[in-house]
Amino acid sequence: MTRVKDFLIAAVVLAFGRRRPSRARPAAPRVVSAGTPDRRAENVVLGLFAAAALCAAAFIAFYALDRLGSQTQWLGLARGLSFALLAVACMVIARRLVVAEENAHPYPEPEHPDEQQTIEQIVEESGSRFTRRKLIVLAGSGAVGTLGLAALTPAASLGPALDTEQLDRTPWRRGRRLVDDAGQPIAAADIEEESFYTAYPEGASRELLGSPLVVVRLPKPRGIVAFSKICTHAGCAVSLYRKPTFAQTEPRPALVCPCHYSTFDPADGGKVLFGPAGRPLPQLPLFVDGDGNLRAAGGFTGRIGPSWSGVRQR
Amino acid sequence: MIRGLVRFVDQRSGGAPFVRKALRYVFPDHWSFLLGEVALYCFMLLVATGVYLTLFFDDSRSATTYHGPYEPLDGATVSRAYASVLHLSFQVKAGLLMRQTHHWAANLFIAAIVLHMLRVFFTGAFRKPRDLIYLLGLGMLFSAFLEGYLGYSLVDDLLSGMGLAIGYSVAMSIPVVGAYLAMLIWGGPFPGSADFWPRMYIAHVLILPLVIATLLALHLTLVAARHHTQFRESPRTTERQVVGVPTFPGQAPRSIGLMLAVFAVLFLLGGLVQINPVWLWGPYHVGDATNGAQPDWYLGWLIGGLRLMPGFDVTIGHYTLIPNPFWGGVAFPLAVLLVLALWPWAERKVAGDDAFHNLLERPRDNPWRTALGAAFVTWVFLIFVSGSGDRIDVWLGIDYVAQVWVYRIAALVLPVAVFFVTRRVCRELVAWEVLRRDMPGS
Repeated sequence: MTRVKDFLIAAVVLAFGRRRPSRARPAAPRVVSAGTPDRRAENVVLGLFAAAALCAAAFIAFYALDRLGSQTQWLGLARGLSFALLAVACMVIARRLVVAEENAHPYPEPEHPDEQQTIEQIVEESGSRFTRRKLIVLAGSGAVGTLGLAALTPAASLGPALDTEQLDRTPWRRGRRLVDDAGQPIAAADIEEESFYTAYPEGASRELLGSPLVVVRLPKPRGIVAFSKICTHAGCAVSLYRKPTFAQTEPRPALVCPCHYSTFDPADGGKVLFGPAGRPLPQLPLFVDGDGNLRAAGGFTGRIGPSWSGVRQR
Repeated sequence: MIRGLVRFVDQRSGGAPFVRKALRYVFPDHWSFLLGEVALYCFMLLVATGVYLTLFFDDSRSATTYHGPYEPLDGATVSRAYASVLHLSFQVKAGLLMRQTHHWAANLFIAAIVLHMLRVFFTGAFRKPRDLIYLLGLGMLFSAFLEGYLGYSLVDDLLSGMGLAIGYSVAMSIPVVGAYLAMLIWGGPFPGSADFWPRMYIAHVLILPLVIATLLALHLTLVAARHHTQFRESPRTTERQVVGVPTFPGQAPRSIGLMLAVFAVLFLLGGLVQINPVWLWGPYHVGDATNGAQPDWYLGWLIGGLRLMPGFDVTIGHYTLIPNPFWGGVAFPLAVLLVLALWPWAERKVAGDDAFHNLLERPRDNPWRTALGAAFVTWVFLIFVSGSGDRIDVWLGIDYVAQVWVYRIAALVLPVAVFFVTRRVCRELVAWEVLRRDMPGS
């Protein structure tokens, strides 16, 4: 048995170790300081490497298993653990297996006055043949600046920048029917108090800031009112209705935007009651047609959507 | 083997002197110096997971009908972008893991940058000759805000739609040019033309990552050129000499270990802790919004700024001049950016200190800076907290309207109080140290 082992070792040495006799290097002084071996730490690192490989293999297995429940969780666990085990192995290497050195090194020179001066000189002297330096620099900057401007000009194609008319676009005209989410006309009789309805213009895009409405029935003054659903502050949909569930302590009904809690008074033309909105919610006048359905009686009382410089307040 | 490789590389690149120097480059040792590295490793993982996500994402907002394993939305009209995210979350194996890990990494990325910056600020690491490094870092932080915002806006769920509506309104609110600018960016009135989604996409996956990567490369190059700062720990650590662990073998396993640990945490979070379940939010339509929507944490300060502003538009006659969102959405972040960007220069001027600094100060060593910094952080933090006032109302039952008034007053008063308290604490700490040092028998 021993002989076989010896033979094998000899064969391996002959096969791989025969390449060239290592040239004798002059013994250089150590750069990295020496330390004592730590076999226990090495064993720990080996174990951690094995465990990390196992977890990584588990990731592949979980990936391949089609019928696995909670696959995302298993995949995350396997991959996370394999990274964690490798991380711990690195920490053990850093703390136990790599020599602890504390080296000192001079900080780089704060500055190099000689080189600075030479650079300055090179730049200065290179221009010595120019007689009208300032003019040349001015003309050059002018040319480059204009070129830059020309390079930026195509950015104007990005959008209809000057066409701010588009910002006021709304499909609401006198006579246009209000429809619900499913596209059905809304009967005035179906609008109940203490409830909140979203309406859209019949036969027009719903994905315009000027389209969606909130419709509520007020107890006092009695009646149905409709407002643009888009908050005049930051363009979110006003989708909360604060109704007085206990009239003594709860304030009056109000429309509230969930983004920054701008609060509007539906009984007073959408006036701002609280929050950062700077102007009232535009109201849409309504009438009830012959079939009892709600229709617009005209356009909004104000500009829809968030404000911009130059927009009229009411 | 090693000799052969080294010789091969050196003969072809002439890089041996550089590599030898780099291997023995010295890293001063302090836990707080690792925060920047955490951010770096988050960025690497963001790029890796992000590239995977691009292989499945569709950057189109055109409408399609969803049919897939998520039954509550079966048959719903959604955008292609949203549908592709549902597909990637439910049908692509490991897709949800990658998406959630990406999202967690974004949150940790910005958190690590912020903590890193606080460390740099309160230890005076930004002083000459490292003011430029600090500015580059600040540039990365603000690029990362925009990058994160675009990332979750792309999904086109209800939350991203609400966020974009607010972004649009904030752009519109810029005095004089706002409406033109918004129309250019969105290609028309909100929700914008069909071009808008590809624009956001290319900005998110190419332009901003390139910007961040470039700033990062410059940041690290300058750090290496000027070497790390260090605390005054022993007589050996001086303004002229840096003391620490060499890159190899000392620092390398630590740093790689930290990288692996960051990856481990992010993948564990990505696999086990749900984040941004967009199928629950549903698709966005202009007329939809939900209560209690919260953006990713790093935008909380802007929500707070928008919410705290008292309700008024600056007007001339009947015409609006400055719409309200300008204050919270533009002026406030711009003020924060300006204060942070100008600080090194302002401090240099006021303190009359034009010297080179390689040694760090402990916060107590510079009571004025520490106190002003603490006051500033308090101010921003209060506004940040006010962005969650509605959640606090729900969780703790503290009335929202009352909270807003408390925040408005606290944002003005508390920073001043924090300034005086912090300055006093710093001075007392130093005095106590001197006392202890001079005590006989210590």
